[in-house]
Amino acid sequence: MPFIKKHDQQPVKNDERTQERDCESLVLSLDNPDPVARRWAARDLVECPDASAKLVERLRVEQDMSVRAVILSSLTCLGDHTAVAGLVDCLRSEDAALRNESIEVMKQLPDEVAPIMRELLHDTNDDVRIFAVNILESLCHPDVESWLLEVIENDPQINVCAAALDLLLEVGSKAAEQPLKRLQLRFADEAYFQFAINLALRRIAED
Amino acid sequence: MNDLSISNEDFQKFREFFYRKTGIQFEPTKRYFVDKRLLERIEATGNTNFRSYFTLLRFQASGEELQQLTNIMTVNETYFFREAYQFKCLVESILPKITASKTDTSPIRIWVIPSSSGEEPYSIAIYLLEYWAGINQWDIEIISSDIDTKILAHARQGLYSARALQELPEKFKLRYFKRIGNSFQIVDDLLQSVEFTRVNLSERADTRAYRNFDIIFCRNLLIYFDDVSRKNAAETFYDALKPGGYIFLGHSESMSRISSLYKVCKFPEAIVYQKPKEPL
Amino acid sequence: MKRILIVDDAATVRMFHRSILENAGFEVDEAINGVEALEKTLQNPFDLYLVDVNMPKLDGYGFLRQLRELPVPQVPAIMISTEAEANDVQLAFTAGANAYLIKPTKPDLLLQQIQLLLGDGSI
Repeated sequence: MPFIKKHDQQPVKNDERTQERDCESLVLSLDNPDPVARRWAARDLVECPDASAKLVERLRVEQDMSVRAVILSSLTCLGDHTAVAGLVDCLRSEDAALRNESIEVMKQLPDEVAPIMRELLHDTNDDVRIFAVNILESLCHPDVESWLLEVIENDPQINVCAAALDLLLEVGSKAAEQPLKRLQLRFADEAYFQFAINLALRRIAED
Repeated sequence: MNDLSISNEDFQKFREFFYRKTGIQFEPTKRYFVDKRLLERIEATGNTNFRSYFTLLRFQASGEELQQLTNIMTVNETYFFREAYQFKCLVESILPKITASKTDTSPIRIWVIPSSSGEEPYSIAIYLLEYWAGINQWDIEIISSDIDTKILAHARQGLYSARALQELPEKFKLRYFKRIGNSFQIVDDLLQSVEFTRVNLSERADTRAYRNFDIIFCRNLLIYFDDVSRKNAAETFYDALKPGGYIFLGHSESMSRISSLYKVCKFPEAIVYQKPKEPL
Repeated sequence: MKRILIVDDAATVRMFHRSILENAGFEVDEAINGVEALEKTLQNPFDLYLVDVNMPKLDGYGFLRQLRELPVPQVPAIMISTEAEANDVQLAFTAGANAYLIKPTKPDLLLQQIQLLLGDGSI
């Protein structure tokens, strides 16, 4: 049969990397012109506890999608304070892909993100507040609903409220009923709000 | 039995959530199927209503319950020639592309993970022998991996029940199996066609040596992983594939919940994902 | 019946747009991000796209850029965004959008825009 099986050899090709490398040389490899080398460096840096700052720094300039993806995975894995702070900075970037990638990572880090959530939700930048609400979408944290209610009660910006409203359709409980009714009055002329709030209230009433 | 039930709004809410997480979209016609399984899990987890169960599902950090639920919402049975349209795609669309662009006569390498008890890698071998003309010209290397050593032992042994063979045409049963009582033993030649290895997909030390594959089959596995693990798996596959290599996912799985690193390719038989030939 | 794909990660926004479009007589499908939108397009092409900017995995710009490279009939796409600045509008058109609307969507503006892009009597 035309099938090959390499019984007596290594089952698959051996590791192609040449040597075990220390954290310092891995950081240097982040700037290697070869994207494959950068990708492996970003991957291995997950073993280096202080690597977050360097990874974020590279993320901001890295053009190769496959390298970016690995940097993001390593940052998720490291998940420390520096990583989160760096990602928060990325939320302010002009680069939409970078913003969305940062949001995705932060969704996976409830314990690190929770302490700064209130701060993010009160950021002076409308976009940052919208992104903060986006992070709540998949954040497994018990305060998600109360954070959202605070947003729809107090945030003046219509699209920040719109984003919060979207999530309240999923996580809203009886506690959301009155705040939703007040929101409905506040944006009485907006079809989206009327549609979504009516639906949210129906869902809550059924529970 | 109490008066536990799933309301219309509950169903909608669940449907949106499950779609976001898995990409599976239940049509209203599936309502009975979905309700029945939801109620089963609500009771099994000791919840008394949909709301408290949904909170568990949505906020559980481990994602265990979502995994359980996905398990029963998707039929995950393994048998020979399961989802054979993908093998057809392999033979009629993918392999001609791969052989056309090959510059040497090195073997075409296929990685099948999870191997489970071996039905899938052996199916691929049978399919290639029966339907691929190139089999006389090219060497093929099939490596199949699983995390579970017991199931790997089963795969290496190659002994199956009649049930596992029910989709297999009769002539193939005769050609590739020996009947032993009520069971079917794969013939020696075919046993030799697949290399089985133990791999934990989440363990970098395990996966690092897996490189230079032309094709990966990873069907009905990632859907049970949490977001982070499935993303890491997609990256492991990216490193394991040659540039331009292809990956098959299960019929209810979509790369859209996992990664944007791959190019979506449509062939007459199936959607397949390709590692770009040039960096994106 | 003309088919429209709504590409948005927010379930409520998808439902809202779906209700507007279905009431106007369109057939509607949904995608949660750019990757899923590409998958659905390859399976069964659409007559028009309604595309959000910020989405996980593949955002609106990335989706439009890839859509415009696909070997499928090229059809109009409306980008829907929270941003009203000229720079953002420019980015959307460069990526391949044919129209730009600000969120939250006004149903009559949306339908007018669609009518304009698809031509009269298109429904």
